[in-house]
Amino acid sequence: MTARIGVVTFPGTLDDRDATRAVRLAGAEAVPLWHNDGDLKDVDAVVLPGGFSYGDYLRAGAIARFAPIMEKVVDGANGGLPVLGICNGFQVLTEVHLLPGSMIKNEHLHFICRDQTLRVENAETSWTSEYRDGEEIVIPLKNQDGQYVADDYTLDMLEAEGRVAFRYVGWNPNGSRRDIAGITNERGNVVGLMPHPEHAVEAGFGPDSRESGRTGTDGLAFFTSAIKNLLATA
Amino acid sequence: MATILVHVMPKPEILDPQGKAVGAALPRLGFDGVAQVRQGKRFELTVDGEVTDEVLAKVRQAAETLLSNPVIEDVVEVTVAQEPA
Repeated sequence: MTARIGVVTFPGTLDDRDATRAVRLAGAEAVPLWHNDGDLKDVDAVVLPGGFSYGDYLRAGAIARFAPIMEKVVDGANGGLPVLGICNGFQVLTEVHLLPGSMIKNEHLHFICRDQTLRVENAETSWTSEYRDGEEIVIPLKNQDGQYVADDYTLDMLEAEGRVAFRYVGWNPNGSRRDIAGITNERGNVVGLMPHPEHAVEAGFGPDSRESGRTGTDGLAFFTSAIKNLLATA
Repeated sequence: MATILVHVMPKPEILDPQGKAVGAALPRLGFDGVAQVRQGKRFELTVDGEVTDEVLAKVRQAAETLLSNPVIEDVVEVTVAQEPA
Protein backbone atom coordinates (compact mmCIF):
# COMPACT_ATOMS: atom_id res chain seq x y z
CA MET A 1 0.00 0.00 0.00
CA THR A 2 1.10 3.54 -0.75
CA ALA A 3 0.06 6.29 1.64
CA ARG A 4 -1.94 9.10 0.03
CA ILE A 5 -1.21 12.56 1.41
CA GLY A 6 -3.36 15.50 0.33
CA VAL A 7 -1.86 18.94 -0.25
CA VAL A 8 -4.37 21.81 -0.07
CA THR A 9 -4.14 24.78 -2.42
CA PHE A 10 -5.94 27.99 -1.44
CA PRO A 11 -5.88 31.06 -3.71
CA GLY A 12 -2.53 32.60 -2.75
CA THR A 13 -0.88 29.40 -1.53
CA LEU A 14 2.77 29.35 -2.66
CA ASP A 15 4.42 26.21 -1.35
CA ASP A 16 1.95 23.56 -2.51
CA ARG A 17 4.31 22.37 -5.26
CA ASP A 18 7.21 22.04 -2.82
CA ALA A 19 5.00 20.21 -0.33
CA THR A 20 3.81 17.89 -3.10
CA ARG A 21 7.41 17.17 -4.07
CA ALA A 22 8.34 16.51 -0.42
CA VAL A 23 5.48 14.01 -0.10
CA ARG A 24 6.65 12.18 -3.24
CA LEU A 25 10.31 12.16 -2.22
CA ALA A 26 9.29 10.68 1.12
CA GLY A 27 7.56 7.83 -0.71
CA ALA A 28 3.86 8.68 -0.66
CA GLU A 29 1.38 9.62 -3.34
CA ALA A 30 0.61 13.37 -3.30
CA VAL A 31 -3.04 14.23 -3.90
CA PRO A 32 -3.83 17.83 -4.87
CA LEU A 33 -6.80 19.23 -2.93
CA TRP A 34 -8.51 22.51 -3.91
CA HIS A 35 -9.91 24.96 -1.36
CA ASN A 36 -13.35 24.68 -2.92
CA ASP A 37 -13.42 20.85 -2.80
CA GLY A 38 -16.14 19.35 -0.68
CA ASP A 39 -14.27 16.13 0.03
CA LEU A 40 -10.79 14.94 0.95
CA LYS A 41 -10.60 12.30 -1.83
CA ASP A 42 -9.92 9.54 0.71
CA VAL A 43 -6.45 10.81 1.60
CA ASP A 44 -4.66 9.37 4.64
CA ALA A 45 -3.18 12.69 5.77
CA VAL A 46 -3.32 16.39 4.83
CA VAL A 47 -0.69 19.11 4.47
CA LEU A 48 -1.71 22.78 4.61
CA PRO A 49 1.24 24.48 2.91
CA GLY A 50 2.69 27.95 3.25
CA GLY A 51 2.02 31.11 1.28
CA PHE A 52 -0.43 33.96 1.55
CA SER A 53 -3.89 32.44 1.29
CA TYR A 54 -6.39 35.10 0.22
CA GLY A 55 -3.53 37.61 0.28
CA ASP A 56 -3.37 37.38 4.09
CA TYR A 57 -6.30 39.81 4.00
CA LEU A 58 -7.89 40.50 7.39
CA ARG A 59 -5.43 38.25 9.25
CA ALA A 60 -3.14 35.47 8.03
CA GLY A 61 -5.29 32.36 7.59
CA ALA A 62 -8.51 34.11 8.65
CA ILE A 63 -10.38 33.65 5.38
CA ALA A 64 -8.88 30.30 4.41
CA ARG A 65 -10.33 28.86 7.58
CA PHE A 66 -13.83 29.25 6.08
CA ALA A 67 -12.96 27.47 2.79
CA PRO A 68 -15.20 24.44 2.10
CA ILE A 69 -12.26 22.00 2.30
CA MET A 70 -11.49 23.14 5.85
CA GLU A 71 -14.75 21.75 7.18
CA LYS A 72 -13.58 18.31 6.02
CA VAL A 73 -10.05 18.86 7.34
CA VAL A 74 -11.44 19.75 10.78
CA ASP A 75 -13.75 16.71 10.79
CA GLY A 76 -10.84 14.51 9.74
CA ALA A 77 -8.45 15.99 12.30
CA ASN A 78 -10.97 15.46 15.08
CA GLY A 79 -11.18 11.83 13.98
CA GLY A 80 -7.40 11.37 14.07
CA LEU A 81 -6.40 12.26 10.50
CA PRO A 82 -2.77 13.48 10.52
CA VAL A 83 -2.69 17.17 9.54
CA LEU A 84 0.46 19.26 9.12
CA GLY A 85 0.24 23.05 8.85
CA ILE A 86 3.35 24.83 7.62
CA CYS A 87 3.71 28.61 8.02
CA ASN A 88 0.45 29.97 6.54
CA GLY A 89 -0.96 26.48 7.10
CA PHE A 90 -0.09 26.80 10.81
CA GLN A 91 -1.87 30.16 10.85
CA VAL A 92 -4.93 28.52 9.29
CA LEU A 93 -4.86 25.77 11.96
CA THR A 94 -4.90 28.35 14.76
CA GLU A 95 -7.67 30.39 13.10
CA VAL A 96 -9.80 27.25 12.78
CA HIS A 97 -9.05 26.37 16.43
CA LEU A 98 -7.40 23.01 15.78
CA LEU A 99 -4.36 24.48 17.53
CA PRO A 100 -4.33 27.13 20.29
CA GLY A 101 -2.76 30.60 20.15
CA SER A 102 -2.13 32.80 17.16
CA MET A 103 0.60 34.44 15.07
CA ILE A 104 1.17 38.19 14.96
CA LYS A 105 3.74 40.29 13.10
CA ASN A 106 7.39 39.57 13.81
CA GLU A 107 8.55 41.62 16.77
CA HIS A 108 11.08 43.50 14.60
CA LEU A 109 8.54 43.90 11.75
CA HIS A 110 10.92 42.57 9.10
CA PHE A 111 10.22 39.73 6.73
CA ILE A 112 12.76 37.08 7.60
CA CYS A 113 14.28 34.33 5.46
CA ARG A 114 17.04 32.17 6.90
CA ASP A 115 18.11 28.63 7.67
CA GLN A 116 16.86 28.10 11.22
CA THR A 117 17.94 25.61 13.86
CA LEU A 118 15.08 23.98 15.78
CA ARG A 119 14.98 21.53 18.63
CA VAL A 120 12.47 18.69 18.38
CA GLU A 121 10.66 18.83 21.72
CA ASN A 122 8.10 16.12 21.02
CA ALA A 123 9.12 13.17 18.86
CA GLU A 124 5.88 11.28 19.43
CA THR A 125 3.51 13.12 17.07
CA SER A 126 2.27 11.80 13.73
CA TRP A 127 4.74 14.10 11.98
CA THR A 128 7.83 13.87 14.23
CA SER A 129 8.20 10.20 15.23
CA GLU A 130 11.23 9.67 12.98
CA TYR A 131 13.16 12.29 15.00
CA ARG A 132 14.63 11.84 18.47
CA ASP A 133 13.49 13.95 21.41
CA GLY A 134 15.91 16.86 21.70
CA GLU A 135 17.32 16.39 18.18
CA GLU A 136 18.39 19.63 16.49
CA ILE A 137 17.43 20.15 12.87
CA VAL A 138 17.97 22.96 10.35
CA ILE A 139 15.17 23.98 7.95
CA PRO A 140 14.31 27.27 6.23
CA LEU A 141 12.20 29.92 7.96
CA LYS A 142 10.52 32.69 5.93
CA ASN A 143 7.69 34.83 7.19
CA GLN A 144 6.40 38.22 8.24
CA ASP A 145 3.71 37.13 10.72
CA GLY A 146 5.57 34.48 12.67
CA GLN A 147 5.43 35.63 16.27
CA TYR A 148 3.60 32.92 18.19
CA VAL A 149 1.45 34.32 20.99
CA ALA A 150 -0.95 32.79 23.51
CA ASP A 151 -1.93 33.66 27.06
CA ASP A 152 0.17 32.29 29.94
CA TYR A 153 -2.48 29.76 30.86
CA THR A 154 -2.36 28.27 27.36
CA LEU A 155 1.45 28.36 27.23
CA ASP A 156 1.70 26.61 30.61
CA MET A 157 -0.77 23.98 29.42
CA LEU A 158 1.20 23.37 26.20
CA GLU A 159 4.42 22.97 28.20
CA ALA A 160 2.84 20.71 30.84
CA GLU A 161 1.26 18.44 28.24
CA GLY A 162 4.42 18.24 26.11
CA ARG A 163 2.64 19.93 23.23
CA VAL A 164 5.47 22.28 22.28
CA ALA A 165 6.73 20.30 19.27
CA PHE A 166 9.59 22.58 18.18
CA ARG A 167 11.56 25.42 19.72
CA TYR A 168 13.92 27.92 18.08
CA VAL A 169 17.54 27.32 19.05
CA GLY A 170 20.29 29.94 19.27
CA TRP A 171 18.12 32.86 18.25
CA ASN A 172 14.42 33.62 18.50
CA PRO A 173 13.80 35.05 15.03
CA ASN A 174 10.39 36.66 15.58
CA GLY A 175 9.73 37.15 19.29
CA SER A 176 7.62 34.00 19.67
CA ARG A 177 6.58 33.30 23.26
CA ARG A 178 8.93 30.84 24.94
CA ASP A 179 10.84 30.34 21.66
CA ILE A 180 7.97 28.24 20.31
CA ALA A 181 8.34 27.33 16.63
CA GLY A 182 5.64 24.65 16.44
CA ILE A 183 2.99 22.92 18.51
CA THR A 184 0.74 19.88 18.41
CA ASN A 185 -2.78 19.04 19.53
CA GLU A 186 -3.58 16.78 22.46
CA ARG A 187 -3.76 13.67 20.30
CA GLY A 188 -0.54 14.41 18.41
CA ASN A 189 -2.08 14.08 14.94
CA VAL A 190 -2.23 17.82 14.21
CA VAL A 191 1.10 19.67 14.05
CA GLY A 192 1.73 23.28 13.04
CA LEU A 193 5.00 25.16 12.71
CA MET A 194 6.29 28.35 11.10
CA PRO A 195 9.53 27.00 9.50
CA HIS A 196 9.39 24.99 6.28
CA PRO A 197 10.35 21.30 6.34
CA GLU A 198 9.24 20.89 2.71
CA HIS A 199 12.15 23.10 1.60
CA ALA A 200 14.72 20.74 3.14
CA VAL A 201 14.02 17.37 1.55
CA GLU A 202 16.51 16.98 -1.29
CA ALA A 203 20.27 17.45 -1.42
CA GLY A 204 21.16 20.34 -3.71
CA PHE A 205 18.09 22.36 -2.78
CA GLY A 206 18.12 22.47 1.02
CA PRO A 207 19.93 24.45 3.70
CA ASP A 208 23.67 24.10 4.22
CA SER A 209 24.59 21.08 6.31
CA ARG A 210 27.73 20.41 8.35
CA GLU A 211 29.12 18.37 5.47
CA SER A 212 28.62 20.80 2.60
CA GLY A 213 26.46 23.50 1.04
CA ARG A 214 22.77 23.04 0.23
CA THR A 215 22.73 19.38 1.23
CA GLY A 216 20.47 19.62 4.29
CA THR A 217 17.47 17.30 4.22
CA ASP A 218 16.35 17.61 7.83
CA GLY A 219 12.74 18.27 6.79
CA LEU A 220 12.19 14.91 5.11
CA ALA A 221 11.47 13.06 8.36
CA PHE A 222 8.22 15.04 8.83
CA PHE A 223 6.84 13.22 5.83
CA THR A 224 8.49 9.84 6.42
CA SER A 225 7.14 9.96 10.00
CA ALA A 226 3.59 10.39 8.74
CA ILE A 227 3.98 7.69 6.10
CA LYS A 228 5.48 5.17 8.52
CA ASN A 229 2.71 5.79 11.05
CA LEU A 230 0.03 5.45 8.38
CA LEU A 231 1.44 2.16 7.11
CA ALA A 232 1.80 0.85 10.67
CA THR A 233 -1.89 1.41 11.36
CA ALA A 234 -3.15 0.34 7.92
CA MET B 1 -28.95 51.70 3.50
CA ALA B 2 -27.06 52.25 6.71
CA THR B 3 -23.47 51.72 7.71
CA ILE B 4 -22.32 49.92 10.83
CA LEU B 5 -18.83 50.59 12.12
CA VAL B 6 -16.81 47.86 13.80
CA HIS B 7 -13.59 48.75 15.61
CA VAL B 8 -11.09 46.01 16.40
CA MET B 9 -7.95 46.54 18.51
CA PRO B 10 -5.10 44.25 19.53
CA LYS B 11 -5.62 43.06 23.11
CA PRO B 12 -3.89 45.32 25.65
CA GLU B 13 -1.57 42.51 26.78
CA ILE B 14 -0.52 41.65 23.21
CA LEU B 15 2.51 43.47 21.89
CA ASP B 16 1.54 45.60 18.87
CA PRO B 17 4.64 45.73 16.63
CA GLN B 18 2.96 47.98 14.05
CA GLY B 19 1.85 50.52 16.65
CA LYS B 20 5.35 50.46 18.13
CA ALA B 21 6.91 51.21 14.73
CA VAL B 22 4.48 54.09 14.13
CA GLY B 23 5.25 55.41 17.61
CA ALA B 24 8.96 55.35 16.86
CA ALA B 25 8.46 57.27 13.60
CA LEU B 26 6.42 60.13 15.10
CA PRO B 27 9.33 61.97 16.83
CA ARG B 28 11.32 61.80 13.59
CA LEU B 29 8.61 64.00 12.03
CA GLY B 30 8.62 66.36 14.95
CA PHE B 31 5.51 64.96 16.67
CA ASP B 32 6.79 64.76 20.22
CA GLY B 33 5.01 63.80 23.39
CA VAL B 34 3.17 60.71 22.11
CA ALA B 35 3.74 58.10 24.79
CA GLN B 36 2.25 55.11 22.99
CA VAL B 37 0.59 54.16 19.69
CA ARG B 38 -1.64 51.16 19.17
CA GLN B 39 -2.95 50.31 15.73
CA GLY B 40 -6.29 48.66 15.10
CA LYS B 41 -8.85 48.18 12.34
CA ARG B 42 -12.10 49.87 11.40
CA PHE B 43 -14.66 48.01 9.28
CA GLU B 44 -17.58 49.74 7.56
CA LEU B 45 -20.44 47.34 6.92
CA THR B 46 -23.14 48.87 4.75
CA VAL B 47 -26.37 46.92 5.12
CA ASP B 48 -29.65 46.85 3.22
CA GLY B 49 -32.60 48.31 5.05
CA GLU B 50 -32.81 49.46 8.61
CA VAL B 51 -30.41 48.62 11.39
CA THR B 52 -32.54 46.60 13.76
CA ASP B 53 -31.37 44.96 16.98
CA GLU B 54 -31.32 41.71 15.06
CA VAL B 55 -29.02 43.15 12.39
CA LEU B 56 -26.73 44.59 15.06
CA ALA B 57 -26.61 41.24 16.85
CA LYS B 58 -25.62 39.54 13.60
CA VAL B 59 -22.89 42.09 12.94
CA ARG B 60 -21.59 41.63 16.49
CA GLN B 61 -21.45 37.90 15.86
CA ALA B 62 -19.57 38.46 12.58
CA ALA B 63 -17.21 40.80 14.41
CA GLU B 64 -16.42 38.14 17.01
CA THR B 65 -16.03 35.26 14.55
CA LEU B 66 -14.48 36.68 11.38
CA LEU B 67 -13.52 40.34 11.76
CA SER B 68 -11.50 39.68 14.91
CA ASN B 69 -9.52 36.81 16.36
CA PRO B 70 -10.41 36.70 20.08
CA VAL B 71 -7.01 35.21 20.92
CA ILE B 72 -5.22 38.43 19.95
CA GLU B 73 -7.90 41.07 19.36
CA ASP B 74 -10.92 42.71 21.03
CA VAL B 75 -13.99 44.13 19.32
CA VAL B 76 -14.00 47.46 21.13
CA GLU B 77 -16.97 49.13 19.47
CA VAL B 78 -19.91 48.37 17.18
CA THR B 79 -21.87 51.51 16.27
CA VAL B 80 -24.19 52.81 13.57
CA ALA B 81 -22.56 55.55 11.48
CA GLN B 82 -24.27 58.94 11.61
CA GLU B 83 -25.90 59.98 8.35
CA PRO B 84 -24.06 62.87 6.74
CA ALA B 85 -26.02 66.12 7.38
